[in-house]
Amino acid sequence: MYTQGLNTIDAHSTSPADAEREARFQARIDADDKIEPNDWMPAAYRRTLVRQIAQHAHSEIVGMLPEGNWITRAPSLRRKAALLAKVQDEGGHGLYLYAAAETLDVAREELVDQLLTGKAKYSSIFNYPTLTWADIGAIGWLVDGAAIMNQIPLCRCSFGPYARAMIRICKEESFHQRQGYEIMLTLCHGTPEQKALAQDALDRWWWPSLMMFGPSDKESQHSDTSMRWKIKRFSNDDLRQKFVDATVPQGHFLGLKFPDSELTFDEADGHWRFGAIDWEEFRQVVSGNGPCNKDRLQARRRAHEEGAWVREAALAHAAKKRARVDAARLAAE
Amino acid sequence: MSDANWPLFEVFIRSRGGMSHRHVGSLHAVDAEMALQNARDVYTRRGEGLSIWVVPSAAITASDPNDKDALFEPTSSKIYRHPTFYKVPKDVGHM
Repeated sequence: MYTQGLNTIDAHSTSPADAEREARFQARIDADDKIEPNDWMPAAYRRTLVRQIAQHAHSEIVGMLPEGNWITRAPSLRRKAALLAKVQDEGGHGLYLYAAAETLDVAREELVDQLLTGKAKYSSIFNYPTLTWADIGAIGWLVDGAAIMNQIPLCRCSFGPYARAMIRICKEESFHQRQGYEIMLTLCHGTPEQKALAQDALDRWWWPSLMMFGPSDKESQHSDTSMRWKIKRFSNDDLRQKFVDATVPQGHFLGLKFPDSELTFDEADGHWRFGAIDWEEFRQVVSGNGPCNKDRLQARRRAHEEGAWVREAALAHAAKKRARVDAARLAAE
Repeated sequence: MSDANWPLFEVFIRSRGGMSHRHVGSLHAVDAEMALQNARDVYTRRGEGLSIWVVPSAAITASDPNDKDALFEPTSSKIYRHPTFYKVPKDVGHM
């Protein structure tokens, strides 16, 4: 879902021999051809994709944590079943994406290792806590809403396996957003206390959701290459504006107030104008100082360590079964 | 901790009766049995399939993209393999 990795690109180094292949590669991209894993590709294209797809996968996996926090406390069986299904989807999305990254000659274990050692990043949004049930509504509505905005263009990404994974993910993601909005709607039609919970959740999640689109276009100097390679199709600011335009009327329908005194509708061009984003907060969260960064990594490490015996036992069991089959075949011969 | 990686499997799913199995992605599993179980959880959460095949990725032999022209280019000149190459008068009707 979460592609802040789009904003960085590895340094470009080309030998003269590669220049011609690279020109051919670019021509294929310009012709809207898909690049497949065994095709020749510039090393920087490969590295950029590995990092971005892995970061995206990590975000799905870490994203299970803030929502998983409320599974046992969901207010009804219906809500609980939906939340379980949603968290299970996030796990599935992580797996589709790891598989897509692996087509670029990198092992999933290596990528997971990069996450656990803090070398790889994941979306800044998951470093915020889910304090109330309303946060589950706000995440579905805003965070998944922002993710969908980001992900729909990725369905047309030039790298085939990534584009195909994104198509599956986008299909599944729309239920996520709708279930979130439904939670918000129910709270907003409930008691004043429930509505206050919804308002509080919007107050806390609105700005971090806008930050999900990454730094402003003025700051992200690597966009051009990503655009040229058709990994990225729209700029951060364009996607952010699209998200704001789509989301503000939905919030007003809920009867909620956005925590932005500068939010106004521009009659002239039909866009919602919003106030300045606190980029210092974004930088802090991305560099490890958000409210939950340490918790999230700790939870992932613990899960990995405590699951180690399962992974080993499964391998040992499979080896034993294979040995038994081999022995039986030998005995029969 | 074990350093051994779980083998990779490719997953193919028959979405409806009468359709062929189609590649949907890949996953890791210790053996084919676990690959089937995982494929069910990862790739068919919304009734996407009636049947699953899993194949060890290492068992697949693929053509080299660099051979694409040598392999497939010769057929592009053989337009007489297509029905539209042949002219049949309108009066004959559909053929």
